[in-house]
Amino acid sequence: MSVCETEGLVKHRPLGSSTRTADTLTLLSYPGFRDELKMNVNQHTPLAAPYGQPQPGYVQPGYAPLDGGYPTSYMPYHGPAPAYQHGAPQQGPARGPPSSAPPPVATGQPYNQYNQSQGDMQNGPPPMTQEPPRPAASQPYNSGAATLPGHQPSYPQHYGHPSTMQQVTNQMTGMQINSGPPTAAGPGYAPPYSSQPPVSSAYSAAPPPSYTQAPPPAVSSGSVQMAPPSVPPASQQQYYGGPPPQAFNPSLPPTTSQQQFTSAPPTSCQQPLPPSSYSSPMPPPSQAPPPLVSQPQQPFPPPQPAYSSAPPPPDSQAAFTSGPPPGAQVSFPPRAPPPSSLAGSFPPPGPPPSSAPSSQYPGSISPHQRPLPSHPSPYHSGPPPPRAQMPPTSMAQSNHLPPGPQGQQQPPLQPGMSAGYPAQQNGAFGQVRGPQPGYAGPYPGQPNYGAPAPAAPAQKRLDPDAIPSPQSSDMPAVQKSRHRIDPDAIPSPIQVIEDDKAKVNEPFTTGVRGQAPPLVTTSFQVKDQGNASPRFVRCTAYNMPCTSDMAKQSQVPLAAVIKPLATLPPDEAPPYLVDHGESGPIRCNRCKAYMCPYMQFIEGGRRFQCAFCSCVTEVPPHYFQHLDHTGKRVDCYERPELSLGSYEFLATVDYCKNNKLPQPPAFIFLIDVSYNAVKSGLVSIVCQELKILLDNLPRENPEADSVVRVGFVTYNKVLHFYNVKASLAQPQMLVVSDVADMFVPLLDGFLVNVAESRLVIESLLDQIPEMFADTRETETVFGPVIQAGLEALKAADCAGKLFVFHTSLPIAEAPGKLKNREDKKLVGTDKEKSLFQPQVSFYNTLAKECVAQGCCVDLFLFPNQYVDIATLGVVPVSTGGSVYKYTYFQAQSDQERFLNDLRRDVQKPVGFDAVMRVRTSTGIRATDFYGSFFMSNTTDVELAGLDCDKAVTVEFKHDDKLSEETGALMQCAVLYTTCSGQRRLRVHNMAVNCCSQLADLYRNCETDTIINFLSKYALRGILNNHTKAVRDTLINQCAQILACYRKNCASPSSAGQLILPECMKLLPVYLNCVLKSDVLLPGADISLDDRAYLRQLISCMDVSDTHVFFYPRLLPLMKLEGDSLPVAVRASEERLSKGGVYLMETGLHLFLWVGASVQQELLLNIFGTPSFSQIDSAMTNLPVLDNPFSKRLRELIDSFRAQRSRYMKLMVVKQEDRAELVFKHFLVEDKSSSGGASYVDFLCHMHKEIRQLLS
Amino acid sequence: MSTYQEFIQQNEDRDGVRFSWNLWPSSRLEATRLVVPVSCLFTPLKERPDLPPVQYEPVLCSRANCKAVLNPLCQVDFRAKIWACNFCFQRNPFPPSYAGISEANQPAELMPQFSTIEYIVQRGTPAPLIFLYVVDTCLEEEDLQALKESLQMSLSLLPPNALVGLITFGRMVQVHELSCEGIAKSYVFRGTKDLSAKQIQEMLGLSKPMASGQQAFCRYDHVPHVHPALENDPLFLQPVHRVDMNLTDLLGELQRDPWPVPQGKRPLRSTGVALSVAVGLLEGTFPNTGARVMLFIGGPPTQGPGMVVGDELKTPIRSWHDIQKDNARHLKKATKYYEALANRSAVNGHSIDIYACALDQTGLLEMKCLSNLTGGHIVMGDSFNTSLFKQTFQRVFSKDYNGDFRMAFGGVLEVKTSRELKVCGAIGPCVSLNAKGSSVSENEMGVGGTSQWKVCSLNPSTTLGLYFEVVNQHNAPVPQGGRGAVQFVTQYQHSNTQRRIRVTTIARNWADAQSQIQHIESSFDQEAAAVLMARLGVFRAESEEGPDVLRWLDRQLIRLCQKFGQFNKDDPTSFKLSESLSLYPQFMFHMRRSPFLQVFNNSPDESSYYRHHFVRQDLTQSLIMIQPILYSYSFYGPPEPVLLDSSSILPDRILLMDTFFQLVIFHGETIAQWRKAGYQEMAEYENFKQLLQAPLDDAQEILQTRFPMPRYVDTEHGGSQARFLLSKVNPSQTHNNLYAWGQETGAPILTDDVSLQVFMDHLKKLAVSSSA
Repeated sequence: MSVCETEGLVKHRPLGSSTRTADTLTLLSYPGFRDELKMNVNQHTPLAAPYGQPQPGYVQPGYAPLDGGYPTSYMPYHGPAPAYQHGAPQQGPARGPPSSAPPPVATGQPYNQYNQSQGDMQNGPPPMTQEPPRPAASQPYNSGAATLPGHQPSYPQHYGHPSTMQQVTNQMTGMQINSGPPTAAGPGYAPPYSSQPPVSSAYSAAPPPSYTQAPPPAVSSGSVQMAPPSVPPASQQQYYGGPPPQAFNPSLPPTTSQQQFTSAPPTSCQQPLPPSSYSSPMPPPSQAPPPLVSQPQQPFPPPQPAYSSAPPPPDSQAAFTSGPPPGAQVSFPPRAPPPSSLAGSFPPPGPPPSSAPSSQYPGSISPHQRPLPSHPSPYHSGPPPPRAQMPPTSMAQSNHLPPGPQGQQQPPLQPGMSAGYPAQQNGAFGQVRGPQPGYAGPYPGQPNYGAPAPAAPAQKRLDPDAIPSPQSSDMPAVQKSRHRIDPDAIPSPIQVIEDDKAKVNEPFTTGVRGQAPPLVTTSFQVKDQGNASPRFVRCTAYNMPCTSDMAKQSQVPLAAVIKPLATLPPDEAPPYLVDHGESGPIRCNRCKAYMCPYMQFIEGGRRFQCAFCSCVTEVPPHYFQHLDHTGKRVDCYERPELSLGSYEFLATVDYCKNNKLPQPPAFIFLIDVSYNAVKSGLVSIVCQELKILLDNLPRENPEADSVVRVGFVTYNKVLHFYNVKASLAQPQMLVVSDVADMFVPLLDGFLVNVAESRLVIESLLDQIPEMFADTRETETVFGPVIQAGLEALKAADCAGKLFVFHTSLPIAEAPGKLKNREDKKLVGTDKEKSLFQPQVSFYNTLAKECVAQGCCVDLFLFPNQYVDIATLGVVPVSTGGSVYKYTYFQAQSDQERFLNDLRRDVQKPVGFDAVMRVRTSTGIRATDFYGSFFMSNTTDVELAGLDCDKAVTVEFKHDDKLSEETGALMQCAVLYTTCSGQRRLRVHNMAVNCCSQLADLYRNCETDTIINFLSKYALRGILNNHTKAVRDTLINQCAQILACYRKNCASPSSAGQLILPECMKLLPVYLNCVLKSDVLLPGADISLDDRAYLRQLISCMDVSDTHVFFYPRLLPLMKLEGDSLPVAVRASEERLSKGGVYLMETGLHLFLWVGASVQQELLLNIFGTPSFSQIDSAMTNLPVLDNPFSKRLRELIDSFRAQRSRYMKLMVVKQEDRAELVFKHFLVEDKSSSGGASYVDFLCHMHKEIRQLLS
Repeated sequence: MSTYQEFIQQNEDRDGVRFSWNLWPSSRLEATRLVVPVSCLFTPLKERPDLPPVQYEPVLCSRANCKAVLNPLCQVDFRAKIWACNFCFQRNPFPPSYAGISEANQPAELMPQFSTIEYIVQRGTPAPLIFLYVVDTCLEEEDLQALKESLQMSLSLLPPNALVGLITFGRMVQVHELSCEGIAKSYVFRGTKDLSAKQIQEMLGLSKPMASGQQAFCRYDHVPHVHPALENDPLFLQPVHRVDMNLTDLLGELQRDPWPVPQGKRPLRSTGVALSVAVGLLEGTFPNTGARVMLFIGGPPTQGPGMVVGDELKTPIRSWHDIQKDNARHLKKATKYYEALANRSAVNGHSIDIYACALDQTGLLEMKCLSNLTGGHIVMGDSFNTSLFKQTFQRVFSKDYNGDFRMAFGGVLEVKTSRELKVCGAIGPCVSLNAKGSSVSENEMGVGGTSQWKVCSLNPSTTLGLYFEVVNQHNAPVPQGGRGAVQFVTQYQHSNTQRRIRVTTIARNWADAQSQIQHIESSFDQEAAAVLMARLGVFRAESEEGPDVLRWLDRQLIRLCQKFGQFNKDDPTSFKLSESLSLYPQFMFHMRRSPFLQVFNNSPDESSYYRHHFVRQDLTQSLIMIQPILYSYSFYGPPEPVLLDSSSILPDRILLMDTFFQLVIFHGETIAQWRKAGYQEMAEYENFKQLLQAPLDDAQEILQTRFPMPRYVDTEHGGSQARFLLSKVNPSQTHNNLYAWGQETGAPILTDDVSLQVFMDHLKKLAVSSSA
């Protein structure tokens, strides 16, 4: 934080804090839509941009120091700027000047600082007072933007900003587009243009003003609060909102907006570079906004000119590069063997730089657009400049490259665009779009986007057509797209993610109440200072409404996603273990809350007052300690339970079942040996693997042998237990045919210590496949299998885990026998819900028994047909277990995935026989729980097993008024048995703020967590309601949330304007993903089992799981260098370049998409084959090739896999291959084949809903 | 035929038959007045080394409801080639194969010395012997080890083609699959669940029970080349030669029941289910084929069906006291359960042996029917690690002079009688086959209402008591010199897997009780009668109160004495019995004191055990059981049998007592002191050494042949084990009759029991009493 070199920075921070304001999107009359929707993204970004730009000014100095005056760094800056650029282009110009080396330098460091103080930076300098809020807003954006470049820290920031800008711009553009086309847009645009110029001037000169202006928007967005004081925010708002509104409202607003924008850009331009570098995030945002605006215009070359004129070009390029990069990459690849060419071209372009500016400009814009249409050459030309910049920014090379292309494209655009100003605005937007266009270029969709965006601006400023034309030149679709919203103009998840990443560069400390943590997509370090790490607990809102009325009004769900045993990165210490001695943990007498930092010691330390129920409890003598002058215990920092948010207590015998210390747990492997299992090779694979796995059973002390005992059972219609007692020469098989009344035939010898019985076990595992090699038994049982494991654990009087490897619907005569009830005709009818419910109640009863014993069941399914997962999954789900499904399992292709899952499942840290209780301070109450567990009453979450990947979502409701002073506290205590048989209590404490202003609520939300909650809520809903009703409920709630914001928090504006809270601007896109998930909206090829499977899977996902599950990560792979990840692109087909290769991760699947015209070199690097047609799409692993690219890619894939709890099988998808359908299914921003709306459509729909609510 | 003694002896040697009366009263009324019914002890498989079986099938009377076998008593018309059935008088033509028959060329069955003849039936495929071990694993380590060794040893004694199976149980029941390769596999049943035969068979994968043993056997023996893996059915019963090694290993690896037994609890032992599974398994695979289920238990069943006592150690197993007070909660249920099992098993011709070795009771009372109804053995010991068990078990597999097992399976005994006689019932290790017919009396004694009994397992000493009723009316006298005849037809599966039929036809003269009462009296076989009456008593004791049985027995004795005694009314001193009845009261005296009727001092298990053996041993052994024999060894002469009386206990004697169940060597006080002093070690007292050795040698001889092995007790005056002797001898001197107290004539017995003298006095008094 000390980074803040300038006041500006500091100020920026405040902004940063407020950054999470809302974006407002104005959808101007939207052709596609009947209504005119003006989507003004009152994004901070816009604000930020201005700020940022101004900041730049500030920054520059700061940066300069930071950078140490690397020219190159400047370049990077530029890069960032470009990102903005979306705004960048605009900035570019502005930056251009700033771009003077210093900025770049700053960039790298700035970033860090940035992250830390970005907000400050941005806000700080320019807005100083005013902007603070905005910065915040911008930050998010920025972060988003940053993501693009994000891979590269420094760049990211820059980019981030840009990106944020982009987003904003996108939104803006989108809005504008929509609205734009209509008259409003026109005006708005026009003004902008005009204004822009002025703006630019203003900018440079009046950056501050812009900020000031900016702030306002921020305010509106939510940042407002922050900013309120500062005028800038308002201005920002104006910017953002303003422009759009302006668009709507004829000239003035627009002008203002434009001006703002322009000004912003200019400012940015002038100072921009520095800012960009430094608070690139911030500044960019500010710039970005304009860019956004401009973006739409992007098509308009004009802006470019402006840009070009402005030194910005370079910047812009940089920005472009950064911003575009992502998009650019995509687009680039397709066009030119991007990598090589790009690289090559870039360097060459380097020289062009000079020209670059201009070209960049256009580039930024055009890149997007052009990329498609544009030709490599332009790119090259473009690229060069970027490169020049890029290179410096090593970080963003990839980005740079893209930018380059963009730049290239842009040029064309620029040409197209006569109005430089517009360009700026557009540029900003355009850049964003630009990249998109670039993407779009290749794909019709993009054009659309591009088109729309341009259209909007066009409308405003020029003719929409005019704008489009440039793009249109690229793509015919552009024209069509006019009617549509420019996808680039609407909030981009990528942008948000990148912005967030860019923000973070120092550990997140949990000491501050109500502070929202970085997004799950961001990697950061956590310092526990009294609240639980976000890795353990994430809340939907960190500022809870004080009253239930407010909560009801806002409809924002109040929930926490708790992952009690989450694995922490190696650099964070696991929770400390506290031993309070024989009397057990100190607790409140009344509510039984555990000792925690919130407890207030009084009377000299002799008593403490419970923070949850206010009851006063004596401090036991052995725990007594004096208080210091502040009323804190003297030993406060020596005791984890008094200073940390998460810690563990050693439980005493009172906390154990039957008042007996627990036995070490046992693992029992139950293997289906029916015909199918044997034939598919499953049996031999499992047996083979178990031999190895047994050495890796979970243990607490890595040195010691695991104390977990193991047992083995095979089964078909009957069960075979194995006696593997160490004293035996050979294992013995015990067949139990009495499946109607299951029991365990032996105890001693069934559960054994691996080390002692190793020989016997190995002999057994060797023999099992042989024994059943000739089996002709096809029927299986299932209920008795679990009963068997349960009985074994009962007999051994321990908790444990069952690993069941099962293949088919259990139709053999036995308890829990099932019928095949799959009937596709029921899908979509009222009876559909019954298919998600278990068909017999047997398993519910069984699950209850399992939970009582602490018997966790993990089910590995290998079905060839319907197996009724809805029923089979009941026990695993209720016992905290997992279900794994390998449909049509084939040894060769699925073995790896299965084995990796199995390994991880066996080895992962797990607790047994757990009970979780969430206590809250008065005023709220945990009312509902979602996850894999069982509840026998309304408060205790019982988990037979709880592993490090399981999360429980807890919903809170008010039962009284909360106070702003004390905030709301929650304490989650999990009593469990470790894998070494120790009974422990893990306590997570969390305090959040309370607010009496709705705006505060909206400013401190976390959309990812909300989505996590909503999805779980919905998936539970389909058990009892019609799927459609559930979807409608979700849409309604979402609309209400947003409408409430619009009504209560956003600044007044046209009803046609869609204004989204900064923190929730991704809510629509994510919600749309939830709505069209297979569970809620099944396609024809989705089986009931799949849906039931996913349903259960999602129920215990944590936030990062749901995030990637609903919005897959799509990485362009054209350039892989260094340790950074390429910036993701949005999940839309339009973003895919024919010439590119993309990696998509959904948390369950991993796709490698190969464009049809992919560069040969790429193919050689990845597949070792020069020909597209020779790629074997059946491969599940990439060939091991000795080249850096291949190495890096494989590392990348490995690291992805390592991040997820389930192994993702790699599927190679060739463009236009049949398998592409599957892949396309995950392009969630597009229309889905099952009828799911595209992002744009859905946003429009949402807007409509909101309008209805508001009217 | 000089004396009846010789006649009886001759008959027993030849036919294995001892009748209570060797002249039969010719009318129903007279027969009733004889008190002791016309009855006999019949040993169906009495060893007859001199009797080679004939290789053809018996010729049967063609009358459908007669089917008697051609025998020496039949009248034969050699010219017409016709024979007349001596039971129904049907005239039957000889079968074509008898065409060459003539007076000079008679088939064996017509020769008088072949009143007992054995046929080998050639039809059908011979069935293998089946031995199914059912082993309790809730044993002490040492016991289990000993048992495992015994079992492993037994494998070597089995014929190679015999099928073996193994079921082990504890808390669970395991049916072991015996295959030559792969890992040991077993099917497990929960010990608490009563399963129907069908369920068991389904769970064992015996979905299609073999239609007959033959078929099943084909599968195993005639297609030996089929690899076991190709057979879908589990391989629970396998030829010894194939699985010898495997089974030996399996037995070697047998573990104690792995379930922990908490303090204060008995191990959970699922004997009931184990047996049920065993019975179900055999039922499903080899119905109507000779098979032995050999149950080895080390304690009472403590769970599931057939549970005898709970697993709480604080609840002791039922005693006679509990039973009398109706305090044995599991008794009835368990008994019923085991009876049902026994009946099922009997129907299929499978016998069940029980080898119970434990210091406490093991529930034989409830389980006895398993063996009693199926002809199985019961062996009771303290531990499997004793020679008593080891040698007894080994003796189960003893072989005869032909090298065949002394055991036979699936016996069906049919009794045919001539018209004046009907059969009332049988007492022995048999079940009724419910064959009604003209020769079945309505008056049931023992297992009655049938003329056919199934004896699932037989050995050469297996002896049944058969009771008859003379139905001839008083006013329809039998012609002078007429003879009544009884034919015993025993079909069985020989241990060499042949099916055989042994036919014994005997005849006795009718005598008019009024005119020939002397003859009848002298034809009385008091030994046989004592045993037969004792069997009736024991049979009654199973279902009646002890005192009632004693009273009944006493009344029968008094009536007999009244009938045959010579006395003056109301003058006890005048009472005299003829020689042929002279020992009978004494037998009855000892019978009354025997553990067969007295439960005092015996646990219910012991009583069941003693009774089990009593109702199946032949006459000699039975008599020993009733009245143990006592030999005295001294320097004064060769060993001599002495009175079973306390007066025989002298300081300078060594006594050897054989009670069948125990073999007691008792050293008199002086002898004991000498022995203690070690005189036998000194060369000059070689004779003393010999004296000490003599009873040991004799005991050894008895031990060699006795089944089950008796408990061998070597004790001395004042030794605690001397109680075995003291409790048996007639307490002629007790602390009550002072005149003997302290005298040198023997040892006083501290008991309130009456002595033989007192008993006889009372008997005489009652017999001569006119009011009785």
